[in-house]
Amino acid sequence: MPDAATIKARIEAAIPGAQAEVEDWTGGGDHFRATVVADAFAGLSRIQQHRLVYEIFGAEIGGPIHALSLKTHSQ
Amino acid sequence: MTDQHDNPIRQAVADAIASNDVILFMKGTPEAPACGFSARTVGALQALDTRFAAVDILPDARIRQELTALSQWPTIPQLFVGGELVGGCDIVTEMFETGELAELLGAEGQAQASDPAVADGSTLQIENRLS
Repeated sequence: MPDAATIKARIEAAIPGAQAEVEDWTGGGDHFRATVVADAFAGLSRIQQHRLVYEIFGAEIGGPIHALSLKTHSQ
Repeated sequence: MTDQHDNPIRQAVADAIASNDVILFMKGTPEAPACGFSARTVGALQALDTRFAAVDILPDARIRQELTALSQWPTIPQLFVGGELVGGCDIVTEMFETGELAELLGAEGQAQASDPAVADGSTLQIENRLS
């Protein structure tokens, strides 16, 4: 069962310099909402920014992580 | 993409994206969305009076499987404009709030207003909506 702290740690580990805030949206351990700020997003479209985050979790999105709602920003 | 003849669902999904200027793959229908994220995305399109095609992915699990294989995007809904993936609920909502969605759809809307395309002979249930 993923939890918000684990998801935050995985995002920050995978994207250098990223700062993530993650909350368990429903309290059920499967719907999460994350705001991610990273220099690595500079110059990327929203689609590309979100893909960088989704790629960290692969097939877990839609599986154990039913939903990961994202807001992404470069610095 | 080499096995399209053996993969009619992927071909139908690709055809639907190619032949509809604005197409939303969603859970449920615009009248009866089966997921809050799909509902919110439909709401943004309707708020802009957008004419869009909608595909319910729920009747056949292969639709989502093939869609995700094509788009490399893990979640539903998925909005395509002019054959390009715009995003899911988060991105569409954010673009709606900033006005970017209206800009994008305004340009596309003029291009396709006279001829809402329908993918025919398709295995998908595609409905065109003018809300």
